[in-house]
Amino acid sequence: MRIARQVFYTFFALALGLIVLSAPATAQHGQDVKPAAGGNPSGTNPTAMSVKEEQLLRELNKLQGRISIPDGKAALLEQPQGREYRGFREGVLPWIAGVAILGMLLALAAFYFTKGRIMLEPGEESGRKILRFNAVERFTHWLTATCFIVLAITGVNYIFGKRLLMPLIGPDAFAAWSQWAKYAHNFLAWPFMLGVLIMLVVWVKDNLPDRYDWDWLKSAGGFFSNTHPDSARFNAGQKLIFWSVVLGGMALSATGIVMLFPFSFADLNGMQWAQYIHAVIGVILIAIMIAHIYIGSIGMEGAYDAMGSGEVDLAWARRHHRAWVEEQQAKTASGPQATARPAPAE
Amino acid sequence: MARMKFLCDADRCIECNACVTACKNEHDVPWGINRRRVVTLNDGKPGERSISMACMHCTDAPCAAVCPVNCFYTTADAVVLHSKDLCIGCGYCFYACPFGAPQYPRVGNFGSRGKMDKCTYCAGGPEADMSEAEYVKYGRNRLAEGKLPLCAEMCSTKALLAGDGDIIAQIYKERVVKRGYGSGAWGWKTAYRETVAI
Repeated sequence: MRIARQVFYTFFALALGLIVLSAPATAQHGQDVKPAAGGNPSGTNPTAMSVKEEQLLRELNKLQGRISIPDGKAALLEQPQGREYRGFREGVLPWIAGVAILGMLLALAAFYFTKGRIMLEPGEESGRKILRFNAVERFTHWLTATCFIVLAITGVNYIFGKRLLMPLIGPDAFAAWSQWAKYAHNFLAWPFMLGVLIMLVVWVKDNLPDRYDWDWLKSAGGFFSNTHPDSARFNAGQKLIFWSVVLGGMALSATGIVMLFPFSFADLNGMQWAQYIHAVIGVILIAIMIAHIYIGSIGMEGAYDAMGSGEVDLAWARRHHRAWVEEQQAKTASGPQATARPAPAE
Repeated sequence: MARMKFLCDADRCIECNACVTACKNEHDVPWGINRRRVVTLNDGKPGERSISMACMHCTDAPCAAVCPVNCFYTTADAVVLHSKDLCIGCGYCFYACPFGAPQYPRVGNFGSRGKMDKCTYCAGGPEADMSEAEYVKYGRNRLAEGKLPLCAEMCSTKALLAGDGDIIAQIYKERVVKRGYGSGAWGWKTAYRETVAI
């Protein structure tokens, strides 16, 4: 059996040799025939024109082809940008988030322990109240605020959850929590967007730059000099908060919607960019909001009432927003009435 | 232990999609999910090439790195698997994967994608080997049965190779030497930071 096979192979090899020997005669008609390195019988390299992975990646930065299954986006064969996404998410983002959030907490703690709370001056409380935010304004504020706090916690969970929380509660409990956190993040995004839009409508009029802003900014709001620069309804710091919420919130909304509806508005690389923007603006806004929460609660005596009951002490209002109080008093002939209601939608 | 890899010899792939069909059938993969697919580059032009692609089971896998709940793990055979019990369907692994391997049962429902599904290298998941629960979630565990992934086993032209990386690289090198050409191991540089010298 074995001998028979060897005989057969020998004849086969001889026959092949004959064909190869006669080949140059026919090859004369064709172009230059390069001898193939490994004995390809045609003598040509049939892949000379074929696409090369390295070349395509160099020229196009990704490999995109055609596919015969209905899922058209699967035609993207290779996207090395995934590596940059990973570098951002696991390398850059935790640092940005950590520095922004911890940095703000440390700065506020330093301020609190050196300067303390900003207190009312003795005997300054007049006992008379003035309405600062009406029900609609307070509803809008708390709608947006509660949504933002949940969105912030669940958002930060995507970054730090597996580093900080998972070791404490174990992978199963952490996955269950993260699943609900994801649902909360995806669904509370909608009332948040609504809140940002109402805020824009309700407060934009009072947040346009005015003549008091420059002085306020120059004296840094009087935080360090214990002075009280004049301001209208909102001082320049509050205006900065407003605009960072409105513009930041809109950027978060737009990029969030891109990610909520995969491939509806952007391709894969577009969604990666949406997350870059979403995450960076998100953590910066969280840092800003921590400062906002601080100054609106423990940081300044009397400030919380504005969003709590809606009414603030008249003396506090005069000290912090003199121009606004005068404007309100001018509207109503008989002075700073506790029951006086400002014009709606202010 | 072996270091399992896939290698698609693009000079042999004829885009018959048998690997895709074999995979779908072997694991009862639901409609709309393709753990493996064949992409044709330069379709209809001279130099057209088809490449069968699934999860490449990368070295230092990006999906595992970006997962916010750490649901990925690597087996002793260097196969990258994940737990559908832990997965929250956030989609990050899909953003990070260079090969588009992660698949989701649902799209566009407020981002509720459902549990991620991907090629398991026919190695199942964290459940007990060859259990019913494992089959329902991840499909058949052929590695536990002592077999290689079905896509490669079924390949009509033996373009798709699966097995220990050194061995399949050696087979590919021998082919290249014998026939005199080869367009390289597609995706290897990205997945394994090394390529097959040809």
